[in-house]
Amino acid sequence: MSEAKRQGTSVIILTFLFALLLSVIPLPSWLVFVRPEWVPLVLIYWCLALPTRVNVGVGWSVGLVVDVLEGNLLGQHALAYAVIAFVTVKLHKQIRVYPLWQQALSILVLIALCQLLLAWVRGIIGQAPDSWAYWVSSFISAILWPWVFLLLRDIRRKFRVS
Amino acid sequence: MTMDHRHHYLDGLRSAMSILIYPVHYFVNLPFSAGTWMGDNMISREELLAQKGELNSQNTFLKAQMQKFISLEIENMRLRKLLDASQQIGDKVLAAELFAIDLDPFSHKVLINKGSRHNVHEGQPLLDADGVYGQTIYVTPISSTAMLITDPSHAIPVQVNRTGLRAIAAGTGSMDKLDLLHIPNNADIRVGDVLVSSGLGGVFPVGYPVAEVTEVTPDPSQPYAVVKAKPKAQLDRSREVLIVWQAEHEHDEAIATDAKGHARKQLPELQQ
Repeated sequence: MSEAKRQGTSVIILTFLFALLLSVIPLPSWLVFVRPEWVPLVLIYWCLALPTRVNVGVGWSVGLVVDVLEGNLLGQHALAYAVIAFVTVKLHKQIRVYPLWQQALSILVLIALCQLLLAWVRGIIGQAPDSWAYWVSSFISAILWPWVFLLLRDIRRKFRVS
Repeated sequence: MTMDHRHHYLDGLRSAMSILIYPVHYFVNLPFSAGTWMGDNMISREELLAQKGELNSQNTFLKAQMQKFISLEIENMRLRKLLDASQQIGDKVLAAELFAIDLDPFSHKVLINKGSRHNVHEGQPLLDADGVYGQTIYVTPISSTAMLITDPSHAIPVQVNRTGLRAIAAGTGSMDKLDLLHIPNNADIRVGDVLVSSGLGGVFPVGYPVAEVTEVTPDPSQPYAVVKAKPKAQLDRSREVLIVWQAEHEHDEAIATDAKGHARKQLPELQQ
């Protein structure tokens, strides 16, 4: 049991690392706003699948890592990710039984919430996002959710993460 | 968050975490550095020779220009000494390379591959081949984050090269635009004027080109005119930047404060 658990941890860490890589990989400038929010997608998946293992604390630490990675104010992503992790863990029993497209709608709301929190923090320090393109990525993330979900579920089953 | 924003208590934590994060930066950058490496290694002999010729001629040209520059610099220093003004001696520079990494799209920041191990410190100016590029804001032992001059929260003191008019150029969040703040409607400033750094803030060295004025719209109903400028540095294209150490900074201040007392002593020496 403990063996399986340890193996699972490394898989979770690897998926987060991969999401972090994707979230800073350079894109052409017209694509920048279309970049999905990879890290929250992965975070939400693990919160849904293993709410006892991945929850607010993990959200907070991953958020801190993202802040350092992107050179932002330390804690803005940590706050946003902790909040969405909290909401997801609260609602995981409902969201789990939804069909995929309905799950995608909840993901849209969650990621928009995350972006709203980030926009507030930026607004307070005087760097409020000035274009509507800022919100596009939450739609893109929601559209991508079914694939992310299926992929991560397969990974979870293959490596028996529990 | 407030602690980070206002007091910088968490800089140590940030720098420790950055080291942990470094592999991520490294891996994202890997395909690009590998591409550059392949490009460098698989170049044909003819191309190399052509490049060498071109660089040679460019070098000769620059050297010729340098000769003039050196004599001008010496003359300038002599004149400044006569005026008892603080003198500016050559700045020390270090070339750094950017990481191919997209940071937050709403603030203009880049990651460079030199850090406190190379004596880089916070608030250090960066230049590229064409002008002022930005300044470092977070420094870790192996890398540092720099803010470009177009970041919405950045401002740089400038001077119009033609008239000496001082102004502040604030970033707008768009890569090709700076706003000049608080320019009176009747100020002598025209489209095409070159703005150079004035050195007043103490961060940027004096006299490097910053931007070129692209739009001047006096608005009589407002206290200040709307003046926009385009940065000289190729903010979205440069892969290499120069980190600058301003030479003899403390020394300058000492001279400036002592200037009155020593004025008589220095003048005879200079006349010899």
